[in-house]
Amino acid sequence: MKILVPIKRVIDYNVKVRVKPDNSNVDLANVKMAINPFCEIAVEEAIRLKEAGIASEVIAVSIGDKSCQEQLRTALALGADRAIQIDTAETLDALNIAKLLQKIVEEEQPKLVILGKQSIDSDNNQTGQMLAALTNMPQGTFASEVKVDGDKVNVTREVDGGLQTVALNLPAIVTTDLRLNEPRYASLPNIMKAKRKPLDVKSAADFGIDLSPRSTLLKVTPPATRQAGIIVESIDELVEKLKNEAKVIS
Amino acid sequence: MSVLVYAEHDNQTLKAETLKTVAAAQAMGGEITLLVAGHHCQTVAEEAAKVNGISKVLVADNTAYEYQLAENISLLVTALASEHDHIVATALTTGKNFMPRVAALLDVAQISDIIGVESSDTFVRPIYAGNAIATVQSLDSKKVITVRTTGFDAVATDGNAEIVSLDTVTDAGTSSYVSEELTVSERPDLGAASVIISGGRGMQNGDNFKLLEGIADKLGAAIGASRAAVDAGFVPNDMQVGQTGKIVAPDLYIAVGISGAIQHLAGMKDSKVIVAINKDAEAPIFQVADYGIVADLFEALPELESKL
Ligand SMILES: Cc1cc2nc3c(=O)[nH]c(=O)nc-3n(C[C@H](O)[C@H](O)[C@H](O)COP(=O)(O)OP(=O)(O)OC[C@H]3O[C@@H](n4cnc5c(N)ncnc54)[C@H](O)[C@@H]3O)c2cc1C
Repeated sequence: MKILVPIKRVIDYNVKVRVKPDNSNVDLANVKMAINPFCEIAVEEAIRLKEAGIASEVIAVSIGDKSCQEQLRTALALGADRAIQIDTAETLDALNIAKLLQKIVEEEQPKLVILGKQSIDSDNNQTGQMLAALTNMPQGTFASEVKVDGDKVNVTREVDGGLQTVALNLPAIVTTDLRLNEPRYASLPNIMKAKRKPLDVKSAADFGIDLSPRSTLLKVTPPATRQAGIIVESIDELVEKLKNEAKVIS
Repeated sequence: MSVLVYAEHDNQTLKAETLKTVAAAQAMGGEITLLVAGHHCQTVAEEAAKVNGISKVLVADNTAYEYQLAENISLLVTALASEHDHIVATALTTGKNFMPRVAALLDVAQISDIIGVESSDTFVRPIYAGNAIATVQSLDSKKVITVRTTGFDAVATDGNAEIVSLDTVTDAGTSSYVSEELTVSERPDLGAASVIISGGRGMQNGDNFKLLEGIADKLGAAIGASRAAVDAGFVPNDMQVGQTGKIVAPDLYIAVGISGAIQHLAGMKDSKVIVAINKDAEAPIFQVADYGIVADLFEALPELESKL
């Protein structure tokens, strides 16, 4: 079976973003970018399913301008077989991303689509579920374990109260949580090999979908900053402050 | 104008977070209908009827909704959507799971994790792990919204709304429940606790979390953790506080052996008072802490417990 893995280029998770002085958006000029960590977990899971002989082919897809080819090459270096870039200069909202991915699902007919549960930039947590709805597939979100079993997949999900396991008919959508796996590092030979793997470029405009934005970003501001606190010298002082100054314990 | 709010529950009790989501819905304007979808969830419906500010409780009680599978719930909510301008759920794992499906089925965008309502179409939400705050105006005719409860104060519960049973059954038939492994605890939920004490990698192992328990018992606190502590297997996943775990804002948050990575701060930096216990004076957690103590946690925790 084929596995499709949509991935996103985002700010590196170690970088603290800054807001532009004119409050129009965040400033991403000269900021280190990387594959979204949850997408990396998705790529890893797909590759493991291929190594286990369950998947036959892993296809990575990303939507964005040419720069996202860098993340697609990362996915190829990690072990994806081929890649598709859907070229657009616009930042699309999750619904439009899902609509484009739906087209790729129709073309490629994957049995499983594995995505990250959220991207660490927009923090939306939407794309996988939306794609599931558009393609009429069941979904296993926030996965910490994925077990393919014949024409079904069992997904263990990280939920508020603990863990929940659901059985989904294939084809299905899975979104990854942090505990699903620990992604490997790409080896140098694999990075070299990835340069020769196929990477198709398609134009977003060619899919005939209305991709107009569904919302307007009115402004982006920095969060309220916390007043710098104090360092206390002893537990006695801490307890005294919490009781009499902060009044949060009695 | 009218708002449909999805009630968070476990078929037994209404989750306190729903009261905050209703507060957000009130700010959007219009009549509020609360939907309780589950199985054998009559007590939840009765609790829901007491929520102030709502005009009606809809109850969909069917085996198809017992585990609130996204495939089935999204069909139910979508079927009810025509009568409402806003569809609102709490940004907890149930709402996060099914709401984007609803949005896609309605062909509208979703606005996730709002912390403020500027008007019926304009919302405030954190992005980039809370390092930027976006104000977004929806252009869709229907708004599909999830609410981050730390942004809103709970409404009261002395109302008396009408309860209406629904007989619509929407079963997609593509997914089924297999099993559940829920963490049982006598302590308050992280989302509801007014005091939280969290441990990080510095705790070294799961056993040492006992050092937090004595303090939690004295303070009536919930116990949380950093991702590193969960990844290392010290404690279960549902204890993770942070950008991609639970977002909390208690009156008092005590971070023990936690360095203060942006992803952790994203989940707790709106707490009223933050205390950090860390042996590294340079740890970034001290930059957000109201009270910091540079100490070895294995000495500080027993002393703190004895002095409370
Ligand atoms: C996509 C993504 C999502 C993430 N989501 C989250 C999230 O939701 N929540 C989250 O918490 N993290 C999250 N992280 C991880 C985050 O980046 C950090 O790695 C994590 O928070 C670190 O946990 P920690 O502070 O416990 O560990 P460390 O950073 O290792 O810090 C341990 C601290 O303990 C102190 N310490 C050690 N021993 C002692 C002692 N004896 N006494 C006192 N102090 C001691 C050390 O000085 C140190 O400061 C995420 C990361 C990624 C990439």
